[in-house]
Amino acid sequence: MAKAKTNTEDYLRMYRQMVRIRTFEDNANQLYLSAKMPGLTHMYSGEEAVAVGICEALTDDDRITSTHRGHGHCVAKGAEFREMFCELLGKAEGYCRGKGGSMHIADQNHGNLGANAIVGGSMGIATGSALRAKLQGKDDVTVCFFGDGATAQGLWYEVMNMAALWKLPVIYACENNGYSEYTKTDEIAAGSIMARAEAFGIESHQVDGQDVLAVNDLTRKLAERARKGEGPFFIELMTYRYHGHHVGDINREYYRSKDEEKDWKENRDPIIRFRGWLVSEGIASEDEIEAMNAEIETDATEAVAYAEAAAYPPAEEVDMHVYAD
Amino acid sequence: MREITLSQAVNEALAEEMRRDETVFILGEDVAEAGTPFKVLSGLVEEFGTGRVIDTPISEPGFVGLAVGAAMTGARPVVDLMFGDFIYLVMDQLCNQAAKQHYMSGGKLTVPMVLRTNMGATRRSAAQHSQSLQAIVAHIPGLKVAMPSSAYEAKGLMKTAIRDNNPVVIFEDKLMYQDKAPVPEEEYLIPFGEAKVKREGSDITLIGTSSMVQIAEKAADALAGEGISAEVIDPRTIVPLDDKTLLDSVRKTSRAIVIDEGHQSYGVTAEIASRLNEKAFYHLDAPVLRMGAMDVPVPFSPALEDLTVPTPDRVVENARRLCGGEMIHAA
Ligand SMILES: Cc1ncc(C[n+]2csc(CCOP(=O)(O)OP(=O)(O)O)c2C)c(N)n1
Ligand SMILES: [Mg+2]
Repeated sequence: MAKAKTNTEDYLRMYRQMVRIRTFEDNANQLYLSAKMPGLTHMYSGEEAVAVGICEALTDDDRITSTHRGHGHCVAKGAEFREMFCELLGKAEGYCRGKGGSMHIADQNHGNLGANAIVGGSMGIATGSALRAKLQGKDDVTVCFFGDGATAQGLWYEVMNMAALWKLPVIYACENNGYSEYTKTDEIAAGSIMARAEAFGIESHQVDGQDVLAVNDLTRKLAERARKGEGPFFIELMTYRYHGHHVGDINREYYRSKDEEKDWKENRDPIIRFRGWLVSEGIASEDEIEAMNAEIETDATEAVAYAEAAAYPPAEEVDMHVYAD
Repeated sequence: MREITLSQAVNEALAEEMRRDETVFILGEDVAEAGTPFKVLSGLVEEFGTGRVIDTPISEPGFVGLAVGAAMTGARPVVDLMFGDFIYLVMDQLCNQAAKQHYMSGGKLTVPMVLRTNMGATRRSAAQHSQSLQAIVAHIPGLKVAMPSSAYEAKGLMKTAIRDNNPVVIFEDKLMYQDKAPVPEEEYLIPFGEAKVKREGSDITLIGTSSMVQIAEKAADALAGEGISAEVIDPRTIVPLDDKTLLDSVRKTSRAIVIDEGHQSYGVTAEIASRLNEKAFYHLDAPVLRMGAMDVPVPFSPALEDLTVPTPDRVVENARRLCGGEMIHAA
């Protein structure tokens, strides 16, 4: 594991945040399986080190844009379980008053500009946020999360060109989980993804997305440099999604093998790896870790119960928020 | 007659046309092995191979552009656009390129392509996966637009679309893929611009597109119980639109409600209603009513989403008031 020069508290918070994401997703999946959740949702499980490693290198002033697989980004950027579960169930107390749901969850207080149901749809938004920072002389950074599949969207090439020309403080974070829906990335991406960013003169890095410290260490450095006007940057994070493309994608063997899934889960799990490191470095004991896990589990159970009992938005909200005052 | 699902009907139409004409091919995301997220195309890659059922990257403007070029040079591509909401991404290729080639070339170039996509809310998919955007393409001269209301229409319209020498956009309602209807084993085509009278009536005409035909039929059942006889008409293609059948009906009933799932303002319902007003004014006993989706982005919450679409109850209520002589203005 790579070393980051941060303190014990930071390590423990990173662990906690990864477990919070996993726990959130397990509960969300359960809500789907028990037919309590409207619609479908895309699970982030397996990719926790990406969102946490990156978001732990950012401040609340720094912005992120998220994707259809956005719960992980939302938790990692500081969101609360209650408002998140309320949103997933379409309740009035959700982050978006039930109007957005899983695919549009957002949390402005922590700089999360929102998930996006259009693949690549937030690339312009993230780059525009970085343009605003530059124009207004602010030192915040924007991280644009997207998947490997999204690199096929032409918009990315247009905005990278402008970001590079104008040295915008944006970090493009490509979560390469090897698949775009039911298709292997190799079958739909020619050449190297890194080389595409490099073609614009954008400094690019590839990192093990299952190693939270490596991700965090790299992002800290790049974010600081981006604040000084040395951006933009591109990071390709090699990772894996444990569930199907969405919760309803159960039979996956026609596009990826059970052995492959097993290998990632058993040998490269970001939480198990980091937990082992925390214990071996003497940062936390097994008991302390178990206690933390249990506490997060309780939090989630309570938040789910709260959200289930919460009220739906009243009918008069349906045509509210179409236009701003 | 055997019954098959709308999904199977589309699949059969494509398979038959691909067997008949080897220039027909399919292009889109996860169309091959996965057979699309809705499994509409399952089995086609097994029969026709990856040379004719082609998986693309997530590059909608790119592959629609490819279809335009292939169509201009001798192929008949059928593009699969996974959600109707992605039409916004491909507007230039569709509206500036595909729609105008024939006209701009003085009739020398043709673009015989089909873009099949979907529409329909209440699937709890939120604002970017629930829209019904048929009005947006129907606005553009040069594009034809078909809206099947059942498996029977889905098959016949798809086959006609593939043989048409113009770009055709087909909107399937994604909530109807598993709905079954009688579909003959023998080959048939449904000509564009021929509306179908689904049910005869004398007091009011209910014109519905796609799944709104079912809403209209349910409303007609309820109205029959109140002694109001409703005629239900499915235009089947909104471009070209069969004015004659619609006008004949309205001249007979003297009242009409037009129902479509696109946003009500500046929509399909507005176009049809104004044609009726212009051409059957003296036969009308009441203003023609439009019923579309509410003018709001589709909300995620079930509590809100269900309020945004036309329902049989709301159609019945409006019909009752129109037939009762109230000069109402639809909400
Ligand atoms: C413009 C657009 N095209 C297609 C889709 C359908 N779709 C949703 S997610 C997805 C795959 C995205 O793959 P990737 O970017 O690698 O993200 P991952 O799901 O692997 O996290 C597709 C094709 C979409 N939502 N938006
Ligand atoms: Mg991916």
